[in-house]
Amino acid sequence: MNAIKKLGVLVLLMLMPAMAIASGAGVHLDKAPVDLKDKVSLQRGAKFFTSNCLACHGAAYMRYNRLKDIGMTDEDIKLLLPEGSKPGSTMQAAMDSNSAKLAFGTAPPDLSVIARSRGQDWLYTFLRSFYADSKSPNGSNNAVFPNVGMPNILAGLQGGQELRVESHDGRETKKLELVAPGTMAAAEFDATIGDLTNYLVYMGEPAKLVRYRLGYIVLGFLAILFVLVYALKKEYWKDIH
Amino acid sequence: MKLLNELIGWIDARFPLTSTWKAHASEYYAPKNFNFWYFFGSLALMVLVIQIASGIFLTMNYKPDGLFAFASVEYIMRDVQWGWLLRYIHSTGASMFFVVIYLHMFRGLMYGSYRKPRELLWIIGMIIYLALMGEAFMGYLLPWGQMSFWGAQVIVNLFSTVPFIGEDLSILIRGDYVVSDITLNRFFALHVIAIPLILVLIVVAHLAALHEVGSNNPDGIEIKKHLDANGHPLDGIPFHPYYTVKDGVGAIGFLIIFCAIIFFAPDMGGYFLEFNNFVPANPMKTPEHISPVWYFTPYYAILRAVPPLFGSQFPGVVAMGVATVIFFFLPWLDRGKVKSIRYRGPIYKVFLTLFVISFLGLGVLGTLPSTPALTWVARVLAVVYFSFFLLMPWYTKIDKTKHVPDRVTSR
Amino acid sequence: MTDNVNRSKRRLLIAATSAAGGVAAAGAGAPFVFSLMPSERAKAAGAPVAVDLSKLEPGMMMSVEWQGKPVWIVHRTKEMLELLAKHEGELADPGSSVPQQPAYCNNPYRSIKPEYFVVLGICTHLGCSPTFRPEIAPADLGADWAGGWFCPCHGSRFDMAARVYKGAPAPTNLIVPQHKYLSDGRLLIGDDSKGAA
Repeated sequence: MNAIKKLGVLVLLMLMPAMAIASGAGVHLDKAPVDLKDKVSLQRGAKFFTSNCLACHGAAYMRYNRLKDIGMTDEDIKLLLPEGSKPGSTMQAAMDSNSAKLAFGTAPPDLSVIARSRGQDWLYTFLRSFYADSKSPNGSNNAVFPNVGMPNILAGLQGGQELRVESHDGRETKKLELVAPGTMAAAEFDATIGDLTNYLVYMGEPAKLVRYRLGYIVLGFLAILFVLVYALKKEYWKDIH
Repeated sequence: MKLLNELIGWIDARFPLTSTWKAHASEYYAPKNFNFWYFFGSLALMVLVIQIASGIFLTMNYKPDGLFAFASVEYIMRDVQWGWLLRYIHSTGASMFFVVIYLHMFRGLMYGSYRKPRELLWIIGMIIYLALMGEAFMGYLLPWGQMSFWGAQVIVNLFSTVPFIGEDLSILIRGDYVVSDITLNRFFALHVIAIPLILVLIVVAHLAALHEVGSNNPDGIEIKKHLDANGHPLDGIPFHPYYTVKDGVGAIGFLIIFCAIIFFAPDMGGYFLEFNNFVPANPMKTPEHISPVWYFTPYYAILRAVPPLFGSQFPGVVAMGVATVIFFFLPWLDRGKVKSIRYRGPIYKVFLTLFVISFLGLGVLGTLPSTPALTWVARVLAVVYFSFFLLMPWYTKIDKTKHVPDRVTSR
Repeated sequence: MTDNVNRSKRRLLIAATSAAGGVAAAGAGAPFVFSLMPSERAKAAGAPVAVDLSKLEPGMMMSVEWQGKPVWIVHRTKEMLELLAKHEGELADPGSSVPQQPAYCNNPYRSIKPEYFVVLGICTHLGCSPTFRPEIAPADLGADWAGGWFCPCHGSRFDMAARVYKGAPAPTNLIVPQHKYLSDGRLLIGDDSKGAA
């Protein structure tokens, strides 16, 4: 028993770096409303993604017919398909990467696993943090990702934002302020980006829900097996005095 | 039944089947007082088998090519049926291998399992550990993400700090002037064939050495000193069935933890699968903060803690190398009269505790970006780490040991 | 070691543990075996292929790739169709009794529309791809040759409905894959389901 207690302490010590990172400093990130079980939200996100993001970005590891995972039918999927693509095709950018590189200075990254490298909260905050910046070549900038190559294509929906730097007692706080209305109200825009983020998280690992479901079955079965093996061990060890 | 016996008889006349089974299982006598810490040997063997099996199936779909490697891993994760499970088994298995091995080594430290007559057993075990580090390091390059690439870049560059031959040595390892497709290809070959082959061979040697000298136990008492009328150790019990069923409990218990990670936290908050490794390798752009995978971080922290000498990082590299290789000398550094921590004096217990703290502390520091304050903490911990070994001949000799009983105790 | 062991309890526990362990092993092995089946990429590459028939002249053959295998489409002329009935005595299975075709192609022409013949271009002997020889009685194939396919590997002969001649190494007629008409001039190879394609 003593040994098990010691192991517990060991494990705790090993987890310490995880906690240290979790409390790391940086830009404040808003919590993304991610719910992989909300298929309606995922479908809205998928539609927004295929009609907007795929213009410049690709998702080269994601196949259109995989969208059946989130409850889309063959007919729904067909509506999203670009000219010349089959349901089994992967999601390619409409723009080829060389011309994109010329236009933006850097090739737009593939978004298949972007949620796994950036994290959901980062994506959700980033997509809502563009602001007008006359010093930037494309006229906009981003509070989360300074000098990002991506222009503010969401301005039409969100409206124009400006960066305000306020200082209180020598401390600077940066705030984004909506200065011109877009076609969407603020809450509606946030919900749309929430759906998109939800979809990006799903796309980062489409098998995630299957993984969870199977996990419960596997652990349940192993628990039964553990009881049996333990009983067997007890029975044999009665011989040992 | 009669047919089966005849078949076994037929085989036994041509191959040492029954005699091998007897020698290594049903009539191999192990001390009856093994505790929790004695699970990790068999668990390490199980993880090795899991890694080889999952590795073979991953190899069927992986492409060791700078252009396709990253995509082929995502192909496994999405397009190959159950490929995500195979990949998570293998990636989790890599980390769990080190968890198990570190606990197995700690067991050896606690109970003096490296002491005479088990010096060679310990040395073979240490060779396994070094081979495993090489295996893990090369395997980590294969997903060809940013951490794979820059991790390999940094580690290979350590070799270039070696005076005179360093630059050529690192080019020899990479086969190129930077880590490239060529490096990936050769690391793949080493990861899937060369090192696994060596690993399996030295694991067999480790078991052969163990069964030659017999297992140590939590009391550090040689059970072969007290034999019964049949020549079997009085405190020994046949490995099969007693330890096969007991290790079965350990195996299932381990699998419960293993599967919980695979199914519910395969990236372990970025420690088993790092976030930056989901960005394809880009030789033009280093990620903001790079650190090796967690099982290398204690040594990485030691490397960073040593100040450069004449502008060369070589002393740090040497310190890191010594920190791993110093384990080999334990059997001769320890001058204690007893093996097990149960009968050691307070000084050894203090030193071992400090050593564990320094190892874990360095591990944590190795994952963090270095700041001047943290570097000083790392220096203190590195000194503690080395003093555990270097002062051992002294403190084990003067330590007040307790009386060791004749026969093993059960607690 | 001791004699007062409850043997039946032990046997029961061993049986239960072995059974549960066997299920666990099978469950753990299943994903490994399934990973050997075609991946989503292979399935996408093997998806049904749509073919435009408008450019296929009478008497000509076109080849399309489906699941990595050649599928032939022949626009048979009236003469070719008439010849089919004349050599049935020399064929191994003139009535297509071996199910090498979907039920809707189990007719003398082995096709949905007699003039368009769809067949998998792989010899049923050892998997070579036979050559298309539509000409009548060429010098190398002899005076009896009524047009069809000749397999260069082992000499199997097939007629214009890909039925195998007697005495050829190939055991059966060539396979007609599932297919359907999307419209008059458009075929879909690899899918014969009703409803939208």
